This record gives sequence, structure tokens and C-alpha cells, in this order.
Amino acid sequence: MSLRFLKAIHRLRRIFICVICVICVLLATGCSSHKAEPIAVASAQPFTRPPGVLRVCADPNNLPFSNQSGEGFENKLAELLAQDLGERVEYTWWAQRRGFFRNTLKAGVCDLVIGVPSGFEMALTTRPYYRSTYVFLSRKDRHLDVKSFDDPSLRKLRIGVQIIGDDQSNAPPAHALTRRHIIDNVKGFTLYGDYSQHDPPARIVDAVTKGDIDLAIVWGPLAGYFAKQSHVPLEIVPVAPQIDQPFLPFVFDISMGVRRGDQEFRDRVDQFLEQRRGEIDRILADYHVPRAEGGSGV
Amino acid sequence: MPAKNYASTRFSGLEDINAGNVANLKLAWSFSTGVVRGHESAPIIANNTMYVITPYPNIVYALDLTQPGAPVKWKYESNPTSSSQGVACCDVVNRGLVYSDGKLFFNTLDNNTISLDAATGKELWKTKVGDINLGESITMAPLVVKGKVLVGNSGGEFGVRGWLTALNAADGKIAWRAYHTGPDADVLIGPNFHPYYQMDQGKDLGVSSWPSDAWKIGGGTMWGWISYDPEQNLIFYGTGNPGPWNPDQRPGDNKWTCGIFARDPDTGEARWFYQLSPHDLHDYDGINEQILVDLPINGQSRKVLLRPERNGYFYVMDRTNGQVLSANPFGYITSSKGVDLNTGRIIENEEKKPEVGKVVREICPAAPGAKDWQPSAFSPRTGLVYIPHQNLCMDVEGLEANYIAGTPYVGMNVRMYAGPGGNRGEFLAWDPVKNEKVWAVNENFPVWSGALVTAGDVVFYGTMDGWFKALDAKSGMLLWQFKCGSGIIGQPVSYRGPDGKQYVAILAGVGGWSGAIVAGGLDPRDSTAALGFVGAMTDLPDHTTRGGMLYVFALP
Repeated sequence: MSLRFLKAIHRLRRIFICVICVICVLLATGCSSHKAEPIAVASAQPFTRPPGVLRVCADPNNLPFSNQSGEGFENKLAELLAQDLGERVEYTWWAQRRGFFRNTLKAGVCDLVIGVPSGFEMALTTRPYYRSTYVFLSRKDRHLDVKSFDDPSLRKLRIGVQIIGDDQSNAPPAHALTRRHIIDNVKGFTLYGDYSQHDPPARIVDAVTKGDIDLAIVWGPLAGYFAKQSHVPLEIVPVAPQIDQPFLPFVFDISMGVRRGDQEFRDRVDQFLEQRRGEIDRILADYHVPRAEGGSGV
Repeated sequence: MPAKNYASTRFSGLEDINAGNVANLKLAWSFSTGVVRGHESAPIIANNTMYVITPYPNIVYALDLTQPGAPVKWKYESNPTSSSQGVACCDVVNRGLVYSDGKLFFNTLDNNTISLDAATGKELWKTKVGDINLGESITMAPLVVKGKVLVGNSGGEFGVRGWLTALNAADGKIAWRAYHTGPDADVLIGPNFHPYYQMDQGKDLGVSSWPSDAWKIGGGTMWGWISYDPEQNLIFYGTGNPGPWNPDQRPGDNKWTCGIFARDPDTGEARWFYQLSPHDLHDYDGINEQILVDLPINGQSRKVLLRPERNGYFYVMDRTNGQVLSANPFGYITSSKGVDLNTGRIIENEEKKPEVGKVVREICPAAPGAKDWQPSAFSPRTGLVYIPHQNLCMDVEGLEANYIAGTPYVGMNVRMYAGPGGNRGEFLAWDPVKNEKVWAVNENFPVWSGALVTAGDVVFYGTMDGWFKALDAKSGMLLWQFKCGSGIIGQPVSYRGPDGKQYVAILAGVGGWSGAIVAGGLDPRDSTAALGFVGAMTDLPDHTTRGGMLYVFALP
């Protein structure tokens, strides 16, 4: 199996991805592509991790989570876990989009994904190690003071949401606004963005900074990190309600994920999450990850 | 060209192989493409050479038909940027290359249109027409009309804005580009644009039929078929579904998605448009083929455009003005209740409208439609249209945590399954004058291959479990079949070889949306993979394996 890695020509600028296999399934045309073995199939043998190596599946261009320079909080958590295991980190880089899990974790080319929603179907998940929330993000100098999806000012503000484009699915803020018939003043940013730029999902934060939109409704860790980096002071407010009608959660527990069946490794990671909880919390705090109330934590 | 002619009839005038002797058809030779993904393209024959293009990585082979066993004359590797994979959307199939005036033209997954010298395989020009980093890609077969190479993009779900682009065949320079959303100026709509129905008339509908600037990431891509009527000097083609917004986030008709354009190929100027599925609810891309023939309709000869559509209706349209003469169901439909011929508007079934948090069952046809990209054939001898298609319904149900680019959300499951009868596919003969089904063959799997009909009154198609079949074009009776090494989703062609014999050729190699479970090695337990298609295809791996192979048949 060849693992191939991204090379950055200029850090965070021009990114070229070398040959890797992919499955991508296009809404309309549908498809699948696949270059290399192994294929994850029902009859796969029980898997043993190679000795001395913590093989992590990660996006090479998606701060604050991860990048190929190791600057994301998921990179830091991977290092901490590797240290705990007495191993070194080795990455399989793959844009975290449709096909990510199939081509990385499930294909057996890496053994751990640092961040997945708890109970996520495509992986065996650990206990949650943080809980975050979608947030309202705006410039401090605008004094918007929006705290809820029911705030009447949402009808007038220029609001940015991220669009996923999965069949019949989308990011929860888009649904919450639509349900309230807030449509015309909503601007969509594709979550995928332009992959030739650094951290493509962050363009929605740039739009707030520049004043192209008044308010963005985005996932907390993204907002927290980029708000801190911004030269313009930005305000972050957790959305309310936490769960909108009919059943639309804005708060998610995040776990680490291993391959289904890899119980032993999962238990070991759980042990790490429990024992090094203080350090983990410090890393999350360093990256200004908004923590939601009521989280089970570890 | 893959569709045989500008009218896209896929009718071969050869009659040596006929209903009386096709039972003797034998394998003449075969060729492995060395690629294992879904092979949707048609072999193209010109100058005693057969040209074959593979799915990604888009290799072109020239096979010498004058030599025994048709050895490779030359091979061209287009080496698409592999970042196309994973970063961009996309389908890795390729629907074919086209030969014109000593040159070959084709598209690569990473958005290059390439011209080769057909004799030597030498690259004449290569033009980048889209950006993979934005989720754009190209899978369609181009069409060359009056010195222009016509190309469209894929990637609607990634917020790509759809277009059709014309490049000069001579030098690859872009002559014009028509977008499928946005202001009239971008869509190349001017004073000569005369849609038949009121719903398609008005200024800048590509902006006003969307909320605020949602059209900027509105989809309407073009990855299907183009036909050309030289007499009227018009090209006809369809546009993809609106995306990536959910339906309730994009109130309005969402022009110019899910409809048919007639354009002047010289300038790109739009002449008429008809929207098949205004405000599409079910992912019914309107990219299917259009067959251009003259037929007696109500006793009067009409210049018609025939189109078995994804939404399940067989449209007979007046191609001079875009009027719908009839639209009758050829597949099982619950998602709509018919087409109003006065307004041109499809009558949606509100009960089948998907909504967040709501379980909607038995939406028929499912997202791939009653028929997807797989092209039909028309025989002027029988007057019938031969339609390869699928019989699938879907449930949109449940809520599951999902995750993309670090962002969690709750997604909806789409589950597909066989429609009434339990057969997932059907090959049917349709009479476009009487508007009725003449005969049909049930197939276990969706029929994802194209169709070919010949003057010998034989119709050919392939199945996803690898049977290449010949039927009597009049009765539908199975006359011959051959088991290929992999499932078939390609387009059959027939030609006369340098030795004077008639041949029939097909590319096998399962894949595509329907065959992703095999070509992509997807986990059959993950029923919502491939946007729910895997759930309907869990047994396909028991029936076929992947691998691209060309098969050529002849009478002994």
C-alpha cells in the first residue's frame, strides 16, 4: 500500500495533492473511483496496528482541526496520544469530504480519526472528549447581540451559512433559518470552498471580518480559532435553542474514531482520554474551542 | 460520435447481422483497458481504427482494425491531476470521445478538453475549462458542431455553477460560454429567446427565480448529451439539478436547472428553453439524451425531440419551439401526477416532498430517476425508441450524525430499493407516436448501459451482471447473449471493418453510480453509501467483479 503525502510548495498556499485513490460520489452523475487496494469489505481480517506507529487519518488543509504542517489541535492531540502510546505519528492525508472514511480508516491505511461525532456510524467511537456548539459570529463593533434563532433582527441581517450539498442534508443553521422563512438574506458558502486556498471552510469567517456579511452561523471550533486570529475583534455567541424543531441539534459531542471491530485500540484511546484529560482540555483551550454546557466530557 | 449521428438515434444502417442470424454471433477479439473503474464510453471507429477512452485516468487507445487482433497503434495518457480525487466532487467515468475531421476530442476528469491527431495520437491542443479545486470536473462526451467543440461541467452538489462551453476545434480557444444560472447576459439569452411556455419567459429569471444570490452556487451543470439539428442550426441539451441548497432553501423555479435548452451553436445564443422539473425536489437532473426525428403526430408530420426523462415521463416535443406535445409515464411515478400540457408544468405530488425531520416513503422514481444518463436508441424501421432504464423507489428517512470538513451535522438517509415488480431494471420499447409501451424485458439490476439498434432489426444492450444481449427489435425476444467478464454500463456500437464484415463492440467494466459498490469496493452494509444507491445494490458483488474490457463480436 502506498501512502502518499501532500507537499506544500508554500505553506498554506498552494497545495498539490499527489496520486491517491478516491471514492467520490457525485450527486448527479454518481460514481466511484478507486485506485488501490486494500478494499474494506465485510470479510476483512481482524486488523492489527503496525508496531510503533500511530497512523492517523487527517485533512491536510483544514485548520483549526489539522493541516500537513501539524498546526491543528487534532495534530496536537495525535502527538499527545502517540507520546502516551510510546509511538510516532504517521499521517494519511485526505480531504475530509465524502469518501474520506471509506478511503482512509475503512480502507485500513490508517487507524484513527481524531474528531468524529460521538456515535458516528462509519467508525467505532470513543467516549466524547469535548462538546461544542454552533455559534453566532459577528464583528464586535457591530454590537449585534444576537443570541437566538428567534431574534427578529435575523430577518434583516446579512447572514452567512455553510452549505454541504449532501442529498437532502445540510448544515443545521441553514435549516433553522429556512424553517423561520429567513431565506432571502442568507448567503451560502460551500463548506468545501476552494481547495487551492488555505483552510477552505474558513472563508465564511473572512466574510464577517470584511463586512461582506453581518453574521455567520458556524461550528464552534472553526469560529473560536479564526476569531482569535482575526485583526478585527469578533464576537462569539452560542446559538439557542440547542436543539431546534423538529429535531435539529446544534450541539455535538465529539469523539475519536477507530475502525469498527477495533475494540481493543478504542479502549486504549479511551484510557488515554481519561488519563490525560487535563492536557487535552488545555490544548482545546489553546485553540479557543467553545465548549458547550452539559457535555458529558470524558 | 457516441450517439452515432447528430440526431442521436444510435441506429446503425448495417444489416448483415440480423434477427435471423444473430444467434451465431461470436467473439472476434477483445482488449483489456487496464482500468478497473466504471466504463461508460462508446468505442469510436474511423479510418480503420477503433478509439477507446477509459475512465480516470482517461487513457486513449487507438486499435488498428486492419491487423489481426487489432493491436494498439498508439496510446495517449492524459494524466489528469490526481487531486481531482477526493478534493473534487466527482464521478470518474468518461462518456466518450468524438472523432471529427482527422482529430479526436475528449474531456478529462480534471477539466481539460484535449484534441489529438487521430493518426498519430499527438496532442494538438489542451484547454483547461474548469477548476477542480472548486469541485468542478468533466465526465461528458463532447460534441463537435460546425468547428466548435461543445463541453459541459459536473459538480452541482459542490456548489458549482453549471455551463456549456464551445471551444474552437482548430485551436482550443474558448468561443463562448453559456451559464445555466444568473443574469440573461451570462446565460446568453437575448432578443431571439422565445420559450414556448409562460413559466420560462421573463427577464433574468436565472436570478429572480432564486432567493438573493443563491444562483451563484446553484448547480445546473451539464454532463449529458447534446444533439444537433443542421436544418434549424440548433443544438439541444439538458441541464442538471439545482444544488447544493435543499429545496426549501431555494424557493422559486431555480432557472435554468432541470430543463432543455435550444441554442445556436455558432454564438451560443439561446432560442428556447423548457423546464422539465421547476424547483426540483428529487435530484432529477435533466441531462438525458434527445433524439431528433420527424414523426407523424395526430396525422401531421412534426419535427420532434424525443426524451425519456429522469422524472419518468417520455416527452415528445416540437423541437422548433419547445412545445410539449405529450408527456406520458414510461416508468413508475409517485413523485408527480402528470404534466400540464397547457402550462408545460409538471404537477408535483406534495406528499412526496422531502422535508427535514420528516420521513417520506416510496418516492418513485428514486434520485437516479426512471432513467439516468444511459442513452436510448431509435429505429426508423420499427419507429420504436429502445430505453434502457431503472425501476427504483426511495425512502428519505432517519437522521444520522454526519461529518464533513470538521463540521458535524445531522443528515438524512436516502434508501433506494426496487419499484413495483421487484426488478430493478427494465429494457423497454416505446412507441412515440401511440405513446405506449410495446414490449419490455425485466432485468434484475438497473440497465445502466446504452442501447444500439440496427437495420438488421436487432437491438443490443448490456446488464450490470455482465450479459451482453441481442433482442429482436420488433418483439423483444432474446436472440443471443454473451457473458462478459464484468458488468456492462458502456454504449454498444456497430461498424463495418476493413474486411467488409459487420462488427458489434461493447466496453464492459462495471461502475458508475449504480455500480459503485463493486468498482469502488464499497461496504454493502453501508446502505446509504453512494447516496443511497448501495442499499439497492448489495447483491451486485455476488454477480460481477470489476475490470475494463472491450469485446468485439462478428458472425463466423
